[in-house]
Amino acid sequence: MYNGSKIIIGLIIFLAIATFPFYSNIGKSAGVPMPDTNTPVINGLDKKECVASAEYMKKEHMKVLDEWRDEVVREGKRDVINVGGRVFEKSLQNGCMQCHSNKSRFCDECHSYAGVKPYCWDCHHFKEGRI
Amino acid sequence: MGIFFSFFMVILLVLIAYFGIAAAGLHTLFGIIIPYAAFVTFCIGFLLKVIKWGRAPVPFHIPTTCGQQMTLPWINYSKLDNPSSTSGVIGRMILEVFCFRSLFRNLKTGLNNGNISYASDKWLWLAGLAFHYSFAVVLIRHLRFFLEPVPALINTIDSLDGFLQVGVPHFLLSGGVLLIAALYLFFRRTSNPQVRYISLPADYFPLFLIAGIALSGIIMRYISKVDIIKVKQLTVSLAELKGNAPEGIGTIFFIHLFLICTLLVYFPFSKLMHMGGIFLSPTRNLPNDSRIKRHINPWNPEVKVHTYEAYENDFREKMKGAGIPVEKE
Ligand code: HEM
Repeated sequence: MYNGSKIIIGLIIFLAIATFPFYSNIGKSAGVPMPDTNTPVINGLDKKECVASAEYMKKEHMKVLDEWRDEVVREGKRDVINVGGRVFEKSLQNGCMQCHSNKSRFCDECHSYAGVKPYCWDCHHFKEGRI
Repeated sequence: MGIFFSFFMVILLVLIAYFGIAAAGLHTLFGIIIPYAAFVTFCIGFLLKVIKWGRAPVPFHIPTTCGQQMTLPWINYSKLDNPSSTSGVIGRMILEVFCFRSLFRNLKTGLNNGNISYASDKWLWLAGLAFHYSFAVVLIRHLRFFLEPVPALINTIDSLDGFLQVGVPHFLLSGGVLLIAALYLFFRRTSNPQVRYISLPADYFPLFLIAGIALSGIIMRYISKVDIIKVKQLTVSLAELKGNAPEGIGTIFFIHLFLICTLLVYFPFSKLMHMGGIFLSPTRNLPNDSRIKRHINPWNPEVKVHTYEAYENDFREKMKGAGIPVEKE
């Protein structure tokens, strides 16, 4: 090979970059997130039901919140959501988090695992245990 | 023809992944086996290609130059366009890799009242930069799927990229720029008759493939959402060499992944190898020192030379006898 040493150094750099994800995780635990629904309000419910199925909420909860935001703030539609007799306010803090009062063990569990930082929390400052 | 062929090849790839998951449920094949095979092909193919290039001799000293060569000390010379030293070459290479400097010289040729005229044309340079930089940012952001815990830097890049705060999940600029730039590069190939004439399936296919990857990613993020937690379980298991593919992720993810695997396999055998090739381009990596150092063609055969000095040594007496002048008595 001509200029072999330079080319081999280049190839080693290439391999070091390409295989970065393989060696950078070594020695770090990769626990699977377990969102926790063990809160006083949820435990007190007869029927553990959210505004939609868990399957739907997993993928679309952010869209639900976005739509509520638009309806409440921009259109002034503050009507409540009724699920099997239970009434939910269209609100993050006064709706969702009445039941899910454990942000760090519910919301953050998946958000930090997936590297998601919703900017909702920039304004909706939430201190655990204050609700 | 090349356009339709390439387009339908990408459609075919999408269909293969779709039916492989939705109809046949081959999660391990499409989630684990093909990605590993593709990654290994990419790495080994890349290494072998570069080694093959490294073994090719450079017969001539061919730095393309766009400025004054180094000559006399009182003549200013162009240190970056016509470097005579290694440091100058490194400077030129850095500008080439990060700023696409030689593409900046791209010209548009046209007929003007019967005369050929040249005009500056920066759109290719601009779209090329947008395409490559957004691709790089998307790739770096994707590390959040492979690293656990996610480094703070990746989260920061993600929020900077989504600084417009449009929609939830927030719209990531680089993904959109990537798709638009790829479409512009396609538009450029088809709208200009000369460029279209020289374009081959090998030019269209990677564009469609990358546009397909970007589009499937965008669909998966904003429209037909997948179970991101399960995606990350799969990707982390790939990175930890464990390889287990959970079910219920959503078919669109496997379409995205299969197109990426195709890109990885295709990469070492295609023009995309310019990623490695730029560093091995003699016109970029040779200093213009042809007046300072002698460049010998490495494949020159061994020539047996008989210098005049040796010739005279051999025949001195006979030359003297014949009255021929000699240099050494
Ligand atoms: C050539 C490499 C790749 C390119 C160009 C690419 C491109 C994209 C783009 C443009 C998006 C839309 C959102 C964004 O801008 O980030 C996206 C999303 C996504 N990509 Fe990729 N991708 C690549 C590799 C991968 C790989 C290797 C995986 C996993 C195995 C992956 C999984 C995903 C997932 C799960 C999403 C949805 C993200 C979300 O919902 O937040 N991508 N991709």
